[in-house]
Amino acid sequence: MTDLCDLTGSELSAKLRDGEMTAVALAESAIARREALDGQVRAFLTPTPEVALERAAAFDTYLASGAPQSGVAGIPLALKDVLTTKGIRTTCGSKILESYVPPYDATAWTRLSGGGSVLVGKTNCDEFAMGSSNENSAYGPVHNPWDLDTVPGGSSGGSAAAVASGMAVWALGTDTGGSVRQPASLSGVVGLKPTYGRISRYGLIAFASSLDTVGTFTRSVRDAATLLGVMAGKDHRDATSLGADVPDYVEGIDAGVEGLRVGVLAEAFGEGVEPGVAASVRAGVDRLAALGAEVGEASLPHAEYALSAYYLIAPSEASSNLARYDGVRYGLRVDGDDSIEMMFRTRGEGFGPEVKRRIMLGTYALSAGYYEAYYGQAQKVRTLILQDYAAAFERFDVLVSPTSPTTAFPIGAKADDPMAMYLNDIFTIPANLGGVPAISVPCGLDSKGLPVGLQLTAKALDEAIMFRAAAALESDLGLDLRPPLLAAA
Amino acid sequence: MPVEIDIDHVARLARVQLTDEEKARMRDQLAIILAHAAKVGEVAADDVSPTASPIPQVNVFRDDTSEPSLPHEAAMANAPVYADERFLVPKIAETGS
Repeated sequence: MTDLCDLTGSELSAKLRDGEMTAVALAESAIARREALDGQVRAFLTPTPEVALERAAAFDTYLASGAPQSGVAGIPLALKDVLTTKGIRTTCGSKILESYVPPYDATAWTRLSGGGSVLVGKTNCDEFAMGSSNENSAYGPVHNPWDLDTVPGGSSGGSAAAVASGMAVWALGTDTGGSVRQPASLSGVVGLKPTYGRISRYGLIAFASSLDTVGTFTRSVRDAATLLGVMAGKDHRDATSLGADVPDYVEGIDAGVEGLRVGVLAEAFGEGVEPGVAASVRAGVDRLAALGAEVGEASLPHAEYALSAYYLIAPSEASSNLARYDGVRYGLRVDGDDSIEMMFRTRGEGFGPEVKRRIMLGTYALSAGYYEAYYGQAQKVRTLILQDYAAAFERFDVLVSPTSPTTAFPIGAKADDPMAMYLNDIFTIPANLGGVPAISVPCGLDSKGLPVGLQLTAKALDEAIMFRAAAALESDLGLDLRPPLLAAA
Repeated sequence: MPVEIDIDHVARLARVQLTDEEKARMRDQLAIILAHAAKVGEVAADDVSPTASPIPQVNVFRDDTSEPSLPHEAAMANAPVYADERFLVPKIAETGS
Protein backbone atom coordinates (compact mmCIF):
# COMPACT_ATOMS: atom_id res chain seq x y z
CA MET A 1 0.00 0.00 0.00
CA THR A 2 1.18 3.52 -0.78
CA ASP A 3 0.22 6.37 1.50
CA LEU A 4 0.42 10.04 0.67
CA CYS A 5 3.69 10.31 2.62
CA ASP A 6 5.32 7.79 0.24
CA LEU A 7 5.03 10.05 -2.79
CA THR A 8 7.68 12.55 -3.89
CA GLY A 9 7.48 16.25 -3.17
CA SER A 10 6.80 17.16 -6.80
CA GLU A 11 3.97 14.61 -7.05
CA LEU A 12 2.44 15.90 -3.83
CA SER A 13 2.81 19.53 -4.82
CA ALA A 14 0.78 18.84 -7.98
CA LYS A 15 -1.91 17.05 -5.98
CA LEU A 16 -2.18 19.98 -3.59
CA ARG A 17 -2.43 22.43 -6.46
CA ASP A 18 -5.11 20.35 -8.16
CA GLY A 19 -7.12 20.06 -4.97
CA GLU A 20 -6.82 16.26 -4.88
CA MET A 21 -5.96 16.35 -1.20
CA THR A 22 -5.31 18.76 1.64
CA ALA A 23 -2.00 19.57 3.31
CA VAL A 24 -3.58 18.49 6.59
CA ALA A 25 -4.32 15.00 5.19
CA LEU A 26 -0.70 14.81 3.99
CA ALA A 27 0.69 15.91 7.35
CA GLU A 28 -1.55 13.38 9.10
CA SER A 29 -0.20 10.66 6.83
CA ALA A 30 3.44 11.45 7.73
CA ILE A 31 2.58 11.74 11.43
CA ALA A 32 0.76 8.39 11.37
CA ARG A 33 3.77 6.79 9.71
CA ARG A 34 6.08 8.10 12.42
CA GLU A 35 3.75 6.89 15.15
CA ALA A 36 3.65 3.45 13.55
CA LEU A 37 7.36 2.98 12.90
CA ASP A 38 9.56 5.34 14.87
CA GLY A 39 9.53 3.15 17.96
CA GLN A 40 11.72 0.84 15.90
CA VAL A 41 13.63 3.34 13.74
CA ARG A 42 14.28 6.15 16.29
CA ALA A 43 14.70 8.79 13.60
CA PHE A 44 13.22 11.68 15.58
CA LEU A 45 14.49 13.40 18.71
CA THR A 46 11.73 16.01 18.83
CA PRO A 47 8.65 15.35 16.70
CA THR A 48 6.49 18.44 16.13
CA PRO A 49 3.06 17.12 15.09
CA GLU A 50 1.15 20.11 16.50
CA VAL A 51 3.37 22.55 14.59
CA ALA A 52 2.91 20.46 11.43
CA LEU A 53 -0.88 20.32 11.63
CA GLU A 54 -1.17 24.02 12.40
CA ARG A 55 1.09 24.92 9.47
CA ALA A 56 -0.71 22.53 7.14
CA ALA A 57 -4.12 23.97 8.06
CA ALA A 58 -2.82 27.48 7.48
CA PHE A 59 -1.54 26.43 4.07
CA ASP A 60 -4.87 24.84 3.12
CA THR A 61 -6.61 28.12 3.94
CA TYR A 62 -4.02 30.04 1.94
CA LEU A 63 -4.31 27.72 -1.05
CA ALA A 64 -8.10 28.02 -1.03
CA SER A 65 -7.65 31.77 -1.61
CA GLY A 66 -6.09 30.96 -4.99
CA ALA A 67 -2.71 32.47 -4.08
CA PRO A 68 0.44 31.20 -5.85
CA GLN A 69 2.22 28.25 -4.30
CA SER A 70 5.91 27.42 -3.97
CA GLY A 71 7.18 23.90 -4.69
CA VAL A 72 7.81 23.22 -1.01
CA ALA A 73 4.46 24.50 0.28
CA GLY A 74 2.45 22.04 2.34
CA ILE A 75 5.06 19.28 2.11
CA PRO A 76 6.17 17.56 5.35
CA LEU A 77 9.84 18.32 6.12
CA ALA A 78 12.18 17.05 8.84
CA LEU A 79 15.25 18.95 10.02
CA LYS A 80 18.45 17.49 11.38
CA ASP A 81 18.79 18.58 14.97
CA VAL A 82 21.86 20.73 14.30
CA LEU A 83 19.78 23.36 12.47
CA THR A 84 18.31 25.92 14.82
CA THR A 85 14.54 26.30 15.09
CA LYS A 86 13.18 29.21 17.07
CA GLY A 87 11.23 27.96 20.06
CA ILE A 88 11.88 24.28 19.26
CA ARG A 89 14.56 22.38 21.17
CA THR A 90 17.77 21.83 19.20
CA THR A 91 20.19 19.33 20.78
CA CYS A 92 22.87 18.52 18.18
CA GLY A 93 22.46 14.96 19.45
CA SER A 94 24.41 16.07 22.52
CA LYS A 95 23.75 16.02 26.24
CA ILE A 96 25.40 19.43 26.47
CA LEU A 97 22.48 21.00 24.55
CA GLU A 98 19.73 18.74 25.93
CA SER A 99 17.47 21.63 26.88
CA TYR A 100 18.67 24.28 24.43
CA VAL A 101 15.79 26.20 22.80
CA PRO A 102 17.22 28.52 20.14
CA PRO A 103 15.99 32.11 19.96
CA TYR A 104 16.50 32.16 16.16
CA ASP A 105 15.90 30.14 12.99
CA ALA A 106 18.56 28.81 10.64
CA THR A 107 18.40 30.60 7.27
CA ALA A 108 17.84 27.33 5.38
CA TRP A 109 14.77 26.71 7.53
CA THR A 110 13.64 30.35 7.32
CA ARG A 111 13.58 30.10 3.53
CA LEU A 112 11.68 26.79 3.47
CA SER A 113 9.32 28.01 6.15
CA GLY A 114 8.67 31.16 4.14
CA GLY A 115 7.76 28.91 1.21
CA GLY A 116 5.16 27.11 3.30
CA SER A 117 7.10 24.01 4.43
CA VAL A 118 5.44 21.88 7.09
CA LEU A 119 7.89 20.91 9.86
CA VAL A 120 7.22 17.42 11.23
CA GLY A 121 10.18 17.31 13.60
CA LYS A 122 13.86 17.39 14.46
CA THR A 123 15.88 14.31 13.64
CA ASN A 124 18.47 12.25 15.46
CA CYS A 125 22.13 12.55 14.44
CA ASP A 126 25.65 11.85 15.57
CA GLU A 127 26.66 14.25 18.32
CA PHE A 128 27.60 17.58 16.73
CA ALA A 129 27.44 15.80 13.35
CA MET A 130 30.58 13.80 14.15
CA GLY A 131 30.17 10.25 12.94
CA SER A 132 29.27 7.95 10.08
CA SER A 133 26.76 5.62 11.72
CA ASN A 134 24.53 7.71 14.01
CA GLU A 135 25.82 5.64 16.93
CA ASN A 136 27.43 8.73 18.47
CA SER A 137 24.10 10.33 19.36
CA ALA A 138 23.66 10.90 23.10
CA TYR A 139 20.05 9.78 22.55
CA GLY A 140 20.77 6.35 21.09
CA PRO A 141 21.31 5.02 17.58
CA VAL A 142 18.97 5.24 14.60
CA HIS A 143 17.98 1.95 12.94
CA ASN A 144 18.08 1.60 9.17
CA PRO A 145 14.56 0.95 7.80
CA TRP A 146 16.10 -1.48 5.28
CA ASP A 147 17.39 -3.69 8.10
CA LEU A 148 16.75 -2.60 11.67
CA ASP A 149 19.94 -4.30 12.89
CA THR A 150 22.08 -2.04 10.71
CA VAL A 151 23.04 1.63 10.89
CA PRO A 152 21.43 4.21 8.58
CA GLY A 153 24.81 5.92 8.14
CA GLY A 154 25.66 9.29 9.61
CA SER A 155 25.90 11.82 10.79
CA SER A 156 22.46 12.79 9.41
CA GLY A 157 21.10 9.26 10.00
CA GLY A 158 17.75 10.33 11.42
CA SER A 159 16.93 12.50 8.41
CA ALA A 160 17.92 9.69 6.02
CA ALA A 161 15.82 7.11 7.87
CA ALA A 162 12.84 9.48 8.16
CA VAL A 163 12.74 10.05 4.39
CA ALA A 164 13.40 6.39 3.55
CA SER A 165 10.45 5.32 5.70
CA GLY A 166 7.94 8.06 4.81
CA MET A 167 7.96 9.82 8.18
CA ALA A 168 8.87 12.91 6.17
CA VAL A 169 8.66 13.51 2.43
CA TRP A 170 12.05 15.21 2.52
CA ALA A 171 14.56 16.40 5.08
CA LEU A 172 17.59 18.56 5.62
CA GLY A 173 20.90 17.31 6.88
CA THR A 174 24.40 18.71 7.04
CA ASP A 175 27.45 17.44 5.21
CA THR A 176 30.96 18.16 6.49
CA GLY A 177 32.72 15.02 5.25
CA GLY A 178 29.84 13.02 3.77
CA SER A 179 27.18 13.27 6.47
CA VAL A 180 24.37 13.67 3.93
CA ARG A 181 25.63 11.54 1.04
CA GLN A 182 26.79 8.51 3.04
CA PRO A 183 23.52 8.06 5.02
CA ALA A 184 21.54 8.69 1.81
CA SER A 185 23.55 5.90 0.19
CA LEU A 186 23.03 3.49 3.08
CA SER A 187 19.31 4.33 3.34
CA GLY A 188 18.33 4.25 -0.33
CA VAL A 189 17.46 7.93 -0.85
CA VAL A 190 18.93 10.84 -2.80
CA GLY A 191 21.44 12.94 -0.84
CA LEU A 192 22.67 16.33 -2.04
CA LYS A 193 25.67 18.30 -0.81
CA PRO A 194 25.69 21.60 -2.71
CA THR A 195 28.69 23.83 -3.41
CA TYR A 196 30.25 25.25 -0.25
CA GLY A 197 28.50 28.56 0.47
CA ARG A 198 25.56 27.89 -1.86
CA ILE A 199 23.21 27.61 1.15
CA SER A 200 23.78 29.87 4.14
CA ARG A 201 25.27 28.24 7.23
CA TYR A 202 23.56 30.72 9.56
CA GLY A 203 21.89 28.62 12.23
CA LEU A 204 23.81 25.48 11.29
CA ILE A 205 25.47 24.86 14.63
CA ALA A 206 29.13 24.83 13.64
CA PHE A 207 31.28 21.72 13.44
CA ALA A 208 34.00 22.61 10.88
CA SER A 209 33.20 25.96 9.32
CA SER A 210 35.27 25.68 6.13
CA LEU A 211 33.65 22.31 5.31
CA ASP A 212 30.07 22.47 6.66
CA THR A 213 27.22 22.58 4.14
CA VAL A 214 23.46 22.21 4.47
CA GLY A 215 22.20 19.32 2.32
CA THR A 216 18.99 17.52 1.41
CA PHE A 217 17.44 14.04 1.61
CA THR A 218 14.72 13.37 -0.96
CA ARG A 219 13.10 10.48 -2.81
CA SER A 220 13.85 12.01 -6.21
CA VAL A 221 16.56 14.10 -7.83
CA ARG A 222 13.93 16.61 -8.90
CA ASP A 223 12.96 17.15 -5.26
CA ALA A 224 16.60 17.88 -4.36
CA ALA A 225 16.69 20.50 -7.14
CA THR A 226 13.45 22.05 -5.85
CA LEU A 227 14.73 22.36 -2.29
CA LEU A 228 18.09 23.76 -3.36
CA GLY A 229 16.37 26.41 -5.47
CA VAL A 230 14.41 27.64 -2.47
CA MET A 231 17.35 27.68 -0.04
CA ALA A 232 20.29 28.82 -2.19
CA GLY A 233 21.59 32.36 -2.32
CA LYS A 234 23.42 35.09 -0.48
CA ASP A 235 22.66 35.67 3.18
CA HIS A 236 24.28 38.61 4.90
CA ARG A 237 24.29 36.60 8.12
CA ASP A 238 26.86 34.19 6.61
CA ALA A 239 29.85 35.97 5.09
CA THR A 240 30.87 32.76 3.27
CA SER A 241 27.53 32.43 1.47
CA LEU A 242 27.83 32.95 -2.28
CA GLY A 243 26.15 35.74 -4.20
CA ALA A 244 26.10 33.94 -7.56
CA ASP A 245 22.73 33.90 -9.31
CA VAL A 246 20.49 30.98 -8.40
CA PRO A 247 19.37 29.21 -11.58
CA ASP A 248 16.10 27.30 -11.91
CA TYR A 249 17.55 23.90 -11.02
CA VAL A 250 14.41 22.02 -12.03
CA GLU A 251 14.16 23.45 -15.51
CA GLY A 252 16.12 21.28 -17.93
CA ILE A 253 16.63 18.51 -15.37
CA ASP A 254 15.20 15.96 -17.82
CA ALA A 255 17.44 17.05 -20.70
CA GLY A 256 19.38 13.77 -20.57
CA VAL A 257 23.09 13.00 -20.74
CA GLU A 258 23.71 12.92 -24.50
CA GLY A 259 27.27 14.14 -24.98
CA LEU A 260 27.83 14.71 -21.27
CA ARG A 261 31.44 13.95 -20.31
CA VAL A 262 31.43 11.48 -17.41
CA GLY A 263 34.71 10.67 -15.67
CA VAL A 264 34.88 7.48 -13.65
CA LEU A 265 37.31 7.73 -10.74
CA ALA A 266 39.45 4.66 -11.25
CA GLU A 267 40.96 4.72 -7.77
CA ALA A 268 37.49 4.50 -6.22
CA PHE A 269 37.00 0.82 -7.10
CA GLY A 270 40.00 -0.58 -5.26
CA GLU A 271 40.64 -2.21 -1.93
CA GLY A 272 37.91 -1.93 0.72
CA VAL A 273 35.07 -1.46 -1.76
CA GLU A 274 32.50 -4.23 -1.39
CA PRO A 275 31.99 -6.21 -4.62
CA GLY A 276 28.24 -5.54 -4.54
CA VAL A 277 28.89 -1.80 -4.35
CA ALA A 278 31.43 -1.81 -7.18
CA ALA A 279 29.12 -3.89 -9.38
CA SER A 280 26.08 -1.64 -8.89
CA VAL A 281 28.07 1.54 -9.49
CA ARG A 282 29.72 0.11 -12.61
CA ALA A 283 26.29 -0.93 -13.89
CA GLY A 284 25.10 2.65 -13.30
CA VAL A 285 28.03 3.98 -15.32
CA ASP A 286 27.11 1.57 -18.13
CA ARG A 287 23.58 2.96 -18.12
CA LEU A 288 24.90 6.52 -18.43
CA ALA A 289 27.01 5.39 -21.39
CA ALA A 290 24.00 3.67 -22.96
CA LEU A 291 22.05 6.91 -22.58
CA GLY A 292 24.65 8.74 -24.63
CA ALA A 293 27.19 10.02 -22.11
CA GLU A 294 30.86 10.02 -23.11
CA VAL A 295 32.43 7.93 -20.37
CA GLY A 296 36.16 8.08 -19.66
CA GLU A 297 38.59 7.36 -16.85
CA ALA A 298 39.32 10.19 -14.43
CA SER A 299 41.69 10.56 -11.51
CA LEU A 300 42.11 12.66 -8.39
CA PRO A 301 45.74 11.75 -7.69
CA HIS A 302 45.78 13.28 -4.19
CA ALA A 303 42.45 11.83 -3.07
CA GLU A 304 44.34 9.19 -1.10
CA TYR A 305 45.58 11.98 1.18
CA ALA A 306 42.15 13.55 1.60
CA LEU A 307 41.15 11.43 4.59
CA SER A 308 44.36 12.33 6.43
CA ALA A 309 43.93 16.02 5.69
CA TYR A 310 40.27 15.93 6.70
CA TYR A 311 40.99 14.31 10.07
CA LEU A 312 43.32 17.20 10.86
CA ILE A 313 41.33 20.10 9.41
CA ALA A 314 37.86 19.12 10.66
CA PRO A 315 38.90 18.36 14.25
CA SER A 316 41.04 21.51 14.36
CA GLU A 317 38.10 23.67 13.36
CA ALA A 318 35.83 21.69 15.70
CA SER A 319 38.12 22.17 18.68
CA SER A 320 37.86 25.90 18.13
CA ASN A 321 34.11 25.99 17.38
CA LEU A 322 33.20 23.81 20.35
CA ALA A 323 35.11 26.04 22.77
CA ARG A 324 31.83 27.96 23.09
CA TYR A 325 30.28 25.19 25.23
CA ASP A 326 31.66 26.49 28.50
CA GLY A 327 28.63 26.21 30.77
CA VAL A 328 28.15 29.97 30.87
CA ARG A 329 25.78 31.24 28.19
CA TYR A 330 23.76 28.19 27.17
CA GLY A 331 23.66 24.45 27.59
CA LEU A 332 24.67 22.19 30.42
CA ARG A 333 26.57 23.42 33.44
CA VAL A 334 28.21 21.09 35.95
CA ASP A 335 29.19 23.12 39.00
CA GLY A 336 32.73 23.44 40.27
CA ASP A 337 34.58 25.41 42.92
CA ASP A 338 35.63 28.03 40.42
CA SER A 339 34.83 28.90 36.81
CA ILE A 340 37.69 26.89 35.35
CA GLU A 341 36.75 23.73 37.23
CA MET A 342 33.12 24.28 36.22
CA MET A 343 34.22 24.46 32.59
CA PHE A 344 36.34 21.27 32.77
CA ARG A 345 33.54 19.33 34.41
CA THR A 346 30.81 20.67 32.11
CA ARG A 347 32.74 19.66 29.01
CA GLY A 348 33.89 16.35 30.51
CA GLU A 349 30.33 15.30 31.31
CA GLY A 350 28.49 17.07 28.49
CA PHE A 351 30.45 15.75 25.51
CA GLY A 352 30.42 12.12 24.36
CA PRO A 353 33.52 10.05 23.47
CA GLU A 354 33.74 10.90 19.74
CA VAL A 355 33.36 14.65 20.32
CA LYS A 356 36.02 14.56 23.02
CA ARG A 357 38.28 12.56 20.71
CA ARG A 358 37.96 15.14 17.96
CA ILE A 359 38.40 18.10 20.29
CA MET A 360 41.58 16.48 21.61
CA LEU A 361 42.80 15.66 18.11
CA GLY A 362 42.19 19.22 16.92
CA THR A 363 43.70 20.79 20.00
CA TYR A 364 46.81 18.68 19.54
CA ALA A 365 47.06 19.46 15.80
CA LEU A 366 46.86 23.19 16.54
CA SER A 367 49.15 23.19 19.58
CA ALA A 368 52.56 24.83 19.69
CA GLY A 369 55.21 22.72 17.98
CA TYR A 370 52.74 20.60 15.98
CA TYR A 371 50.71 23.18 14.05
CA GLU A 372 52.97 23.25 10.99
CA ALA A 373 53.47 19.48 10.78
CA TYR A 374 49.76 18.69 11.00
CA TYR A 375 47.30 21.53 10.35
CA GLY A 376 49.65 23.47 8.08
CA GLN A 377 50.47 20.43 5.97
CA ALA A 378 46.80 19.43 5.78
CA GLN A 379 45.93 22.84 4.36
CA LYS A 380 48.53 22.26 1.63
CA VAL A 381 46.94 18.93 0.75
CA ARG A 382 43.70 20.85 0.40
CA THR A 383 45.34 22.98 -2.28
CA LEU A 384 46.48 19.85 -4.11
CA ILE A 385 42.94 18.47 -4.05
CA LEU A 386 41.54 21.72 -5.46
CA GLN A 387 44.13 21.44 -8.25
CA ASP A 388 43.11 17.83 -8.88
CA TYR A 389 39.47 18.86 -9.26
CA ALA A 390 40.37 21.75 -11.58
CA ALA A 391 42.29 19.36 -13.84
CA ALA A 392 39.54 16.71 -13.78
CA PHE A 393 36.81 19.21 -14.64
CA GLU A 394 38.74 20.40 -17.67
CA ARG A 395 38.10 16.97 -19.14
CA PHE A 396 34.80 15.99 -17.55
CA ASP A 397 31.44 17.53 -16.61
CA VAL A 398 30.78 15.10 -13.79
CA LEU A 399 32.84 12.54 -11.89
CA VAL A 400 31.50 9.17 -10.72
CA SER A 401 32.46 7.00 -7.76
CA PRO A 402 30.69 4.91 -5.16
CA THR A 403 29.31 7.15 -2.39
CA SER A 404 30.43 4.74 0.32
CA PRO A 405 32.69 1.69 0.07
CA THR A 406 30.06 -0.43 1.84
CA THR A 407 26.32 -0.79 2.26
CA ALA A 408 24.73 -0.51 5.71
CA PHE A 409 26.74 -2.33 8.38
CA PRO A 410 25.50 -3.85 11.66
CA ILE A 411 25.03 -1.57 14.65
CA GLY A 412 28.13 -1.93 16.82
CA ALA A 413 30.36 -3.36 14.07
CA LYS A 414 32.77 -0.42 13.92
CA ALA A 415 31.85 1.45 17.09
CA ASP A 416 35.14 0.72 18.90
CA ASP A 417 37.46 1.35 15.97
CA PRO A 418 37.51 5.04 15.02
CA MET A 419 39.86 4.53 12.07
CA ALA A 420 37.61 1.86 10.50
CA MET A 421 34.66 4.21 10.97
CA TYR A 422 36.50 7.14 9.39
CA LEU A 423 37.21 5.06 6.26
CA ASN A 424 33.47 5.15 5.48
CA ASP A 425 33.94 8.68 4.26
CA ILE A 426 36.87 8.07 1.96
CA PHE A 427 34.92 8.90 -1.22
CA THR A 428 32.83 11.74 0.18
CA ILE A 429 35.52 13.80 1.94
CA PRO A 430 37.32 15.15 -1.17
CA ALA A 431 34.21 17.14 -2.24
CA ASN A 432 34.12 18.89 1.14
CA LEU A 433 37.81 19.76 0.99
CA GLY A 434 37.32 21.04 -2.57
CA GLY A 435 34.03 22.83 -1.86
CA VAL A 436 32.43 21.21 -4.92
CA PRO A 437 28.86 19.89 -5.15
CA ALA A 438 28.11 16.16 -5.04
CA ILE A 439 25.02 13.99 -4.97
CA SER A 440 24.36 10.38 -4.01
CA VAL A 441 21.75 8.58 -6.12
CA PRO A 442 20.50 5.04 -5.39
CA CYS A 443 21.82 2.74 -8.13
CA GLY A 444 20.81 -0.75 -6.94
CA LEU A 445 20.74 -3.24 -4.11
CA ASP A 446 23.52 -5.59 -3.00
CA SER A 447 23.13 -9.32 -2.38
CA LYS A 448 21.84 -8.57 1.13
CA GLY A 449 19.09 -6.41 -0.34
CA LEU A 450 20.69 -3.21 0.97
CA PRO A 451 20.85 -0.02 -1.12
CA VAL A 452 23.96 1.17 -2.94
CA GLY A 453 24.58 4.82 -3.78
CA LEU A 454 26.40 6.26 -6.78
CA GLN A 455 28.09 9.60 -6.24
CA LEU A 456 28.23 12.28 -8.92
CA THR A 457 30.49 15.29 -8.40
CA ALA A 458 30.52 18.51 -10.45
CA LYS A 459 32.58 21.67 -10.39
CA ALA A 460 31.68 24.49 -8.03
CA LEU A 461 28.24 26.01 -8.72
CA ASP A 462 27.53 23.47 -11.47
CA GLU A 463 24.74 21.68 -9.58
CA ALA A 464 22.43 21.86 -12.62
CA ILE A 465 24.54 19.53 -14.75
CA MET A 466 24.92 17.13 -11.84
CA PHE A 467 21.13 17.03 -11.38
CA ARG A 468 20.71 16.29 -15.08
CA ALA A 469 23.01 13.27 -14.94
CA ALA A 470 21.48 12.08 -11.66
CA ALA A 471 17.92 12.43 -12.95
CA ALA A 472 18.75 10.55 -16.15
CA LEU A 473 20.21 7.66 -14.18
CA GLU A 474 17.33 7.63 -11.70
CA SER A 475 14.73 7.58 -14.46
CA ASP A 476 16.54 4.89 -16.44
CA LEU A 477 17.00 2.59 -13.43
CA GLY A 478 13.43 3.07 -12.16
CA LEU A 479 14.27 1.37 -8.86
CA ASP A 480 11.62 0.44 -6.32
CA LEU A 481 13.15 1.88 -3.14
CA ARG A 482 10.56 1.02 -0.55
CA PRO A 483 12.33 -0.60 2.41
CA PRO A 484 10.95 -3.99 3.54
CA LEU A 485 9.81 -2.37 6.80
CA LEU A 486 7.07 -0.53 4.86
CA ALA A 487 5.78 -3.69 3.23
CA ALA A 488 5.45 -5.25 6.68
CA ALA A 489 3.65 -2.22 8.13
CA MET B 1 56.15 5.50 13.96
CA PRO B 2 53.97 5.78 17.07
CA VAL B 3 53.08 9.32 18.08
CA GLU B 4 53.68 10.13 21.74
CA ILE B 5 51.00 12.45 23.09
CA ASP B 6 50.99 14.25 26.42
CA ILE B 7 47.29 13.66 27.03
CA ASP B 8 47.17 15.68 30.25
CA HIS B 9 48.65 18.69 28.51
CA VAL B 10 46.26 18.50 25.55
CA ALA B 11 43.22 17.95 27.81
CA ARG B 12 44.26 21.02 29.80
CA LEU B 13 44.47 23.10 26.62
CA ALA B 14 41.08 21.76 25.51
CA ARG B 15 39.48 22.35 28.94
CA VAL B 16 38.06 18.83 29.05
CA GLN B 17 38.03 16.69 32.16
CA LEU B 18 38.91 13.08 31.32
CA THR B 19 38.87 10.01 33.52
CA ASP B 20 42.02 7.86 33.71
CA GLU B 21 40.29 5.26 31.58
CA GLU B 22 39.37 7.85 28.96
CA LYS B 23 42.95 9.11 28.91
CA ALA B 24 44.38 5.65 28.32
CA ARG B 25 41.94 4.87 25.54
CA MET B 26 42.40 8.25 23.92
CA ARG B 27 46.20 8.01 24.02
CA ASP B 28 46.02 4.78 21.99
CA GLN B 29 43.36 5.95 19.58
CA LEU B 30 44.90 9.35 18.87
CA ALA B 31 48.26 7.68 18.17
CA ILE B 32 46.65 5.50 15.49
CA ILE B 33 44.70 8.38 13.94
CA LEU B 34 47.69 10.71 13.96
CA ALA B 35 49.94 8.09 12.39
CA HIS B 36 47.45 7.96 9.52
CA ALA B 37 47.04 11.74 9.42
CA ALA B 38 50.81 12.24 9.23
CA LYS B 39 50.58 11.06 5.62
CA VAL B 40 49.84 14.68 4.72
CA GLY B 41 53.56 15.35 5.19
CA GLU B 42 54.43 13.04 2.28
CA VAL B 43 53.03 15.31 -0.42
CA ALA B 44 52.75 18.79 1.02
CA ALA B 45 55.89 20.34 -0.46
CA ASP B 46 57.26 23.75 0.46
CA ASP B 47 56.10 25.33 -2.79
CA VAL B 48 52.44 24.40 -2.20
CA SER B 49 50.43 27.21 -0.66
CA PRO B 50 47.89 26.40 2.05
CA THR B 51 44.12 26.59 1.48
CA ALA B 52 41.91 27.72 4.36
CA SER B 53 38.64 27.96 2.45
CA PRO B 54 37.68 26.25 -0.81
CA ILE B 55 35.90 29.32 -2.18
CA PRO B 56 37.58 32.23 -0.43
CA GLN B 57 35.83 35.57 -0.26
CA VAL B 58 37.34 38.83 0.84
CA ASN B 59 35.88 42.08 2.10
CA VAL B 60 32.34 40.85 2.56
CA PHE B 61 30.22 43.80 3.61
CA ARG B 62 26.54 44.34 4.14
CA ASP B 63 24.70 47.62 4.00
CA ASP B 64 25.41 49.70 7.05
CA THR B 65 21.87 49.73 8.31
CA SER B 66 20.67 48.80 11.75
CA GLU B 67 18.41 45.81 12.19
CA PRO B 68 16.41 44.57 15.13
CA SER B 69 18.50 42.41 17.47
CA LEU B 70 17.50 39.79 20.00
CA PRO B 71 15.84 41.11 23.12
CA HIS B 72 18.12 40.59 26.15
CA GLU B 73 15.69 38.19 27.72
CA ALA B 74 15.65 35.91 24.64
CA ALA B 75 19.44 35.98 24.43
CA MET B 76 19.83 35.07 28.11
CA ALA B 77 17.03 32.52 28.34
CA ASN B 78 19.27 29.49 27.73
CA ALA B 79 21.88 30.45 30.33
CA PRO B 80 22.23 27.96 33.19
CA VAL B 81 22.25 30.84 35.71
CA TYR B 82 21.59 34.50 35.10
CA ALA B 83 20.24 37.52 36.87
CA ASP B 84 19.80 41.21 36.06
CA GLU B 85 20.79 40.66 32.43
CA ARG B 86 24.10 39.13 33.49
CA PHE B 87 25.48 35.60 33.21
CA LEU B 88 26.41 34.30 36.63
CA VAL B 89 29.51 32.11 37.07
CA PRO B 90 31.47 30.75 40.02
CA LYS B 91 34.14 33.13 41.25
CA ILE B 92 37.05 33.59 38.88
CA ALA B 93 39.47 35.36 41.24
CA GLU B 94 40.51 35.05 44.84
CA THR B 95 38.66 37.53 47.02
CA GLY B 96 40.72 39.45 49.58
CA SER B 97 39.82 38.83 53.20
